[in-house]
Amino acid sequence: MSQEITATDERQQTDALVELDGLKTYYESGGVFGGDPVKAVDDVTFDIRRGETLGLVGESGCGKTTLGRTLIRLETATAGDVSYDGTDITTLSGDELKEWRSNAQMVFQDPDSSLNDRMTVGEIIREPLDVHARGTRRERRQRVQELLETVGLQQEHYYRYPHQFSGGQRQRIGIARALALEPDFVVLDEPVSALDASVQAKILNLLEDLQDDLGLTYLFIAHDLSVVRHICDRVAVMYLGNVMEIGRAEELFADPANPYTHSLLSAIPDTDPATKMDDRITLRGTPPSPRNPPEGCPFTTRCPAKIRPDQYADVDDDVWERIEVFREVLRERARAERSLSERAKELLGMETRFSDLDEVESETFGDVDVPPGVQSELDRAAELAHEGSESDAREHLRETFGSACDLEAPTHHEVSESGRMSLCHRHKTEHETPSEFFEGHSVGER
Amino acid sequence: MSQQRVRGSTRGNEGAILSVENLRTAFFTDKETIYAVDGASFDLQKGETIGIVGESGSGKSVTARSIMGLIESPGRVLDGSSIKYRNADAVERLAEEFSGEVTYRDGNGEPEGDGCIVLDEGAEGAAGGRGYIDLAHAPKKIVKRTRGGEIAMIFQDPLSSLNPVYTVGNQIKETLNLHRDLSGTNATDEAAELLEAVGIPDARMALNEYPHQFSGGQRQRVVIAMALACDPEVLICDEPTTALDVTIQAQILDLLDDIQDERDLAIVFITHDMGVISEISDRVNVMYAGEIVETAPAETLFLDPAHPYTRGLLESIPGRNPDAERLTTIEGDVPTPNQPATQCRFAPRCPEEFDACTQVHPESVESSDGATDHTVACLLYPEDRSREDAVSLHERRGRDGDETDDEPTRTEAQR
Repeated sequence: MSQEITATDERQQTDALVELDGLKTYYESGGVFGGDPVKAVDDVTFDIRRGETLGLVGESGCGKTTLGRTLIRLETATAGDVSYDGTDITTLSGDELKEWRSNAQMVFQDPDSSLNDRMTVGEIIREPLDVHARGTRRERRQRVQELLETVGLQQEHYYRYPHQFSGGQRQRIGIARALALEPDFVVLDEPVSALDASVQAKILNLLEDLQDDLGLTYLFIAHDLSVVRHICDRVAVMYLGNVMEIGRAEELFADPANPYTHSLLSAIPDTDPATKMDDRITLRGTPPSPRNPPEGCPFTTRCPAKIRPDQYADVDDDVWERIEVFREVLRERARAERSLSERAKELLGMETRFSDLDEVESETFGDVDVPPGVQSELDRAAELAHEGSESDAREHLRETFGSACDLEAPTHHEVSESGRMSLCHRHKTEHETPSEFFEGHSVGER
Repeated sequence: MSQQRVRGSTRGNEGAILSVENLRTAFFTDKETIYAVDGASFDLQKGETIGIVGESGSGKSVTARSIMGLIESPGRVLDGSSIKYRNADAVERLAEEFSGEVTYRDGNGEPEGDGCIVLDEGAEGAAGGRGYIDLAHAPKKIVKRTRGGEIAMIFQDPLSSLNPVYTVGNQIKETLNLHRDLSGTNATDEAAELLEAVGIPDARMALNEYPHQFSGGQRQRVVIAMALACDPEVLICDEPTTALDVTIQAQILDLLDDIQDERDLAIVFITHDMGVISEISDRVNVMYAGEIVETAPAETLFLDPAHPYTRGLLESIPGRNPDAERLTTIEGDVPTPNQPATQCRFAPRCPEEFDACTQVHPESVESSDGATDHTVACLLYPEDRSREDAVSLHERRGRDGDETDDEPTRTEAQR
């Protein structure tokens, strides 16, 4: 093992251990009414460098866990390559796959459900060694006892059962199991989310120590941004299957480039009384369904820094927000599940729960002054909806009030000297950058 | 605020809508007795948010459930605890309905009988506002009348608070029907209005949908709408944002803030997240192993934490220490409080432990003399006294109980 460590140290910090290229993981829903696949990971490209900790953050459902699982072949990639130390692992199978698996391991979020209650701690940690037939029985036991000590447990814990341990100790068992085969690469899927603050700190310290001692490379998946900031060298921010921004951690936290990173960071409640709740950017609504992602930029439906078409640049911020809300309602309706009876009613032109669009419009715009230019377009949309086609109404609004953000997919732009990348139309020279935009506007949508 | 604070410091003051005094809730199992909450006291004013923060097992949720009367066997709220609820209308209404439970106060302000509805002598009716209902002693039928309509609660997991086989509209209307006697189109209109008030777009359509058709944040909004349907005075939120993403958490915190402004709600907010507690609460209680170890206005607590446990906890949060190479940790684990406290429960893990810590039980005292809004249960305080002085103050208070709280301070000042 010591040889391995020196070998890792000798290599350059910057060379990539895992390289992703255009990785896509879709879940097909199957069945007669199959429909669109869930695009959990949608075209992701980045590297994980040897010996670093790369953080992967984002809201639930953004595809971060799927991405982590795809990297260690717990899910099969739909398209794209994952190359591990030069080998493309998406095509491995049989013995090769089994052999390779000992290089890449995973620690799961919930230490309650990821450990078998009916096995002793010793058996749990020994299982990977048994499966890969490492050494004799005695050597394996010896190795398990070493591992127990490595993760800060005692040798006598070998014969105990998981329920006899606290949450933090159980997570240590999960870590010992992941380390049993001496992997180089470990995917940590929310390893501390289920733990209390003081226990969390102990596990984070342990993970850092193990990385230093064993030369591990981590992919650290988390939704707690302050934890990520503490432990990670680089961070990738995901939204709806896309990497919105990726770069060095301290840079990304100090000076975020992407509007989504801005919003995410500003949403973290912190204990510094100097930060006011009012300065916060509160995002509207929830992320769209990955089954039916918006056209254009993935963040377009919630973006506080969305580019407006020139002719509406002067419209009051309040009115503009209502327009976005109104469009959101229409999109939600398209997404809502329709029961068979509802579909039948719709076909027969009977009243359904989707009928009363006028009421929604008056509720949404009731207390603001809508400029005539905007009002006429809204009326046109309402008319289209009355004629029976909400999708035409939606399309009309998209064409009228949409901009590059709604119409074309953005590309990654390099936003700093260290090579940080951000996915946003605003990085093009003709627009204000997101940071400039946030400085000029107060977007605390309350 | 400062005025409120001074009044708030005297236990059981008449201005608070809810006063929890010496609350002790224990669970009696075959193996051991667990004192999940052991002597918690705090006051809640109208329009104020009190935070309760602590690690798992510290007794935060049991405190909330005790207030709601939701403690079930083998658990019990012990004698000597009181939970005084002081909404004038409710006291008056329930006093009329359950006249057998009414007791009057004597000259010293002590109730004369065992009744759970305590009124001032001859003040029935008009001045009923000066009495209270003691929920810790109240029979089930009275607790049931306050639950929901007077004190409502929101739980961590919105999905398990909602019935999966009824539409959201159905469930809100049921609440309206039970508590406010609304039915038919009136109830539907009110339900739609409630959903709009909690920021659900297209409310009329949402009424006809089932809980699984909503996202986590939307579900929590629905639960909040249901809690508001009964028009409560006090809202208890037990980790309402823990299961949510930060962006959605921010939305819910904003929503609670708005609702509080609109309705002058008093909120008890329970969480383990220091960041959330700092944003939402006016005053914070830190709990450890069933006891409140520190109470202070949010700002004071985070700028100048006093109890060694609070300090340790804050140092272990990565968010507060972004530049630290290693995080500071607290050695050991949270103990299970399985016997009444005779010493400081944090002493075995405390970096500043000294001899007296294992002999004297620390009482809540001012962090420094005169600092009435910042109390700490630690023998190191009040910090401007000598250690012997401080320890003997704790001993005296422990012996005398809370009634003579101000006595020792005064005599010493006179000396």
